[in-house]
Amino acid sequence: MRHRHSLGARLLHRCASQSMTSRRLLHGVFVCAAAALLASCQQAGVLDPKGPIAAQELLLMINTTEIMLVVVVPVILLTLGFAWWYRASNPRANHSPDWAYQGGVEFVVWSIPALIVILVGGVAWIGSHQLDPKAPLASNVKPLEVDVVSLDWKWLFIYPDQRIATLNQLVVPAGTPVNFRLTSATVMNSFFIPQLGSQIYTMGGMTTHLNLMADAPGEFRGISANFSGDGFADMQFMVKAVQAGEFDSWVAKARAGGSALDDAGYGALTKPSHAVPPAIYPSVDPGLFDRIVEQTAAMPEKERAAGAWCPPTQQAGG
Amino acid sequence: MLGRLTWASIPFDEPIALVAGGGAVLGGLAVLALITMMGWWPYLWREWLTSVDHKRIGVMYSFLALIMLLRGFADGIMMRSQQAIAVGGAEGYLPPDHYDQIFSAHGTIMIFFVAMPFVVGLMNFVVPLQLGVRDVAFPVLNSVSFWLTASGALLVNASLVIGNFSRTGWLAYPPLSELAFSPDVGVDYWLWSLQISGIGTLLAGINMVTTILKLRAPGMVYFRMPVFCWTALASNMLIIAAFPILTATMAMLALDRYLGMHFFTNEGGGNQMMYVNLIWAWGHPEVYILVLPVFGVFSEVIATFSGKALFGYRSMVLATLAICVLSFMVWLHHFFTMGASADVNAFFGVMSMVIAVPTGVKVFNWLFTLFHGRVRFTPPVLWSIGFMVTFVVGGMTGVLLAVPPVDFVLHNSVFLIAHFHNVIIGGVLFGLFAGYTYWFPKAFGFTLHEGWGKASFWCWFVGFYLAFMPLYVLGLEGMTRRLQHINNAEWQPLLFVAEAGAVTIMAGIACQIMQLYVSIRTREQRRDLTGDPWNGRTLEWATASPPPVYNFAMMPEVDDVDAFWEMKKRRELDELTPTYEDIEMPRNTPIGIFTAAVAVTTGFALIWHIWWMVILGLIAAAVATMAFGWSEDREFEIPAAEVARLESNRVGLGQAA
Repeated sequence: MRHRHSLGARLLHRCASQSMTSRRLLHGVFVCAAAALLASCQQAGVLDPKGPIAAQELLLMINTTEIMLVVVVPVILLTLGFAWWYRASNPRANHSPDWAYQGGVEFVVWSIPALIVILVGGVAWIGSHQLDPKAPLASNVKPLEVDVVSLDWKWLFIYPDQRIATLNQLVVPAGTPVNFRLTSATVMNSFFIPQLGSQIYTMGGMTTHLNLMADAPGEFRGISANFSGDGFADMQFMVKAVQAGEFDSWVAKARAGGSALDDAGYGALTKPSHAVPPAIYPSVDPGLFDRIVEQTAAMPEKERAAGAWCPPTQQAGG
Repeated sequence: MLGRLTWASIPFDEPIALVAGGGAVLGGLAVLALITMMGWWPYLWREWLTSVDHKRIGVMYSFLALIMLLRGFADGIMMRSQQAIAVGGAEGYLPPDHYDQIFSAHGTIMIFFVAMPFVVGLMNFVVPLQLGVRDVAFPVLNSVSFWLTASGALLVNASLVIGNFSRTGWLAYPPLSELAFSPDVGVDYWLWSLQISGIGTLLAGINMVTTILKLRAPGMVYFRMPVFCWTALASNMLIIAAFPILTATMAMLALDRYLGMHFFTNEGGGNQMMYVNLIWAWGHPEVYILVLPVFGVFSEVIATFSGKALFGYRSMVLATLAICVLSFMVWLHHFFTMGASADVNAFFGVMSMVIAVPTGVKVFNWLFTLFHGRVRFTPPVLWSIGFMVTFVVGGMTGVLLAVPPVDFVLHNSVFLIAHFHNVIIGGVLFGLFAGYTYWFPKAFGFTLHEGWGKASFWCWFVGFYLAFMPLYVLGLEGMTRRLQHINNAEWQPLLFVAEAGAVTIMAGIACQIMQLYVSIRTREQRRDLTGDPWNGRTLEWATASPPPVYNFAMMPEVDDVDAFWEMKKRRELDELTPTYEDIEMPRNTPIGIFTAAVAVTTGFALIWHIWWMVILGLIAAAVATMAFGWSEDREFEIPAAEVARLESNRVGLGQAA
């Protein structure tokens, strides 16, 4: 409810109040269309960014679309216009049956898409480097480290520095960059919080990296964005961004109760299950993530599927 | 004895699967019974099943595609219905294991058994006629190619009744598609049906490239080839380059599954990223294999019905070849989210956009072909205009997805689904329907009903926008693809709109069936006696409709791109005094349909681990190959007198029939 119409209303307001140059007009048309489409919807996902990465990605999307609309809209109108005006039944239309080549026209015809692509290509090149998922976010605050493991069909979050872990819920301090390391103890998944931006694959035996940040406290939906089997539709998690101070007290509270995530507990998690309610584990082996990466690559899936997950070295858990 | 096959493999306990499978079996049996009762078997066997005539094979390819379109669409509307119903806690009517099969089958069927055979079918029918030649380079291989594709289609449909289909999506990413996670026969059905039809496609590609490079009418230098032949050449060169990658990739997955190897597993040094790279190294060129020929169709249709030569012919050829080359340099844009470095992502993003340049050039050239034309609004033109309007939107969202950071938030979302349906329905399918309506009279000697054709176009056009524009919005709101149920209740209104779109498209398909029915019923009034119903420009319109088995009694002399147009303009045909010669044509052979029997048996045996049957099938294949290799009597001669008789009856034949 909190996010309802916020973007749409803002955009509509902009549409109505701005004096419009041609570029702004175009911008207005685009955002009005987007806002109108959103009118019936409450959660706006990608269109309602809550962090710097998501915001920049949305801006990039809007800019790119605007550049292309400069050509796309006239082409659509010309298509309809030409087809209609040059209909066979229109006696007023000119007819030149042999007009099939003109150098100047050809030059323009190649130049227009080329120019657009140079422009959009430049935007893409710069954007790719600025928004590289691996690149740490510029911030004075020390990033929070979170290790993410996709399981059948749930998400395990390990906080190695806090030595706690959570299942299907991610709590992060707002305004603090989060540095994710990600892997999969099962098939490929994609870790995605639409309102915070970039998704990234999780793959067995491999580690991917992602840096995100929430601007302000709030709750966001997290999903797997890569089909991973029968329980996929429920492979979702809640992301809670809290004030920095609140985060510390949440960690303290997490440490206080419940049962630790030991190797037997992790072994149980590797068994397929879906729509699993969120859980908190007060202690966990901070090296668990690395062991999972190593184990997934080493152990035959058949044995892991049978629940034979056993760590190579018995490290003190937490 | 029967490997993994038991009575439990038949889904008696799943009512929906049983009804679908049972319906398909009963329908098939009813058709077979009808053919038997009417005594059509000898005719079918002689004229179609054993035919090596490229026109007949082209028609059979297209027929296969239209039948499979019904199956693929049924899957599609079931998915839309499930997603419209199963929202906010509701589970819908399809449990996950069934829903997952349906979206996997939908994608597999639509690409491999609708779009591919339709495109290959059109090329098969049209290209030799446009080149002014009598057949493809290897007529028997052509028959074998078709029957391999049909075998794959049959195996996919067999999974409805016996066992189950893959639940891993149309590209079966490992490790999900590995034995550890998908132990049942589903992935094996997928593997072998595509492996078999893929080899058929590769052979068809070799055949078509050889035909275009080696067999052209006298005077038809490369730059006098019709644009459709150019696009067919580019598309088939892509087939030759890309399909071996698919075959090899699937062979490696098969080795993983059958012999416990570790190409793509999590463990044992396997690398799933390698599979994703390889499958898209085939998969992206595949998109252009489909779309290039329909660009050719639009070029022919727009030029013909504007009464003008195609604008910028050389530009069009250059653009086609540019796309052909560039299509191999962009595969990574299907997985920007894999964690490659910014340089790699940026390179592939920019390369993907570069393809928009030649594509944009094509759109502009069609625009200038309309300019100063006399546009007749026949159904093929409606499909073409509908395409131009729709395709630029799909192109725009495509370029958007090619910006890596934008893809980071839209990848795998229903925005992506909307994008590729935008280009595959609005591009490939509209083009195929344009080509179908355009060349139908050439194939059968009568035109298709215009009213039903236009009704069908409008239903498809409106239905497409209703079905997929909501998905663009839902994708922006963070809805990912392949969800069996949707936890976010706010998305339901838009999902209902999408469902309404699917129903509208169904009405469009119904109109197409009516169009065919009405056209056949009224075929006598709609006979094309001239062979040139649209005032065409290229050589296929220079012969009778339907063309005689030898296509052209005398080889046409070509001195222009629009060869037939020039002939008509200079009234060459009126002055022509015919001198006929004996014509040598390839004989019919049952080797193609025998190949199908062997391929289906061997494929089925591999899927179910019935090893003795695999060995039997391979032996039968080897024996048949040798038997065919040593046969000598493969051609027959049509005497000049017979040709003269057929040609003199040309108009008379039309009236008599």
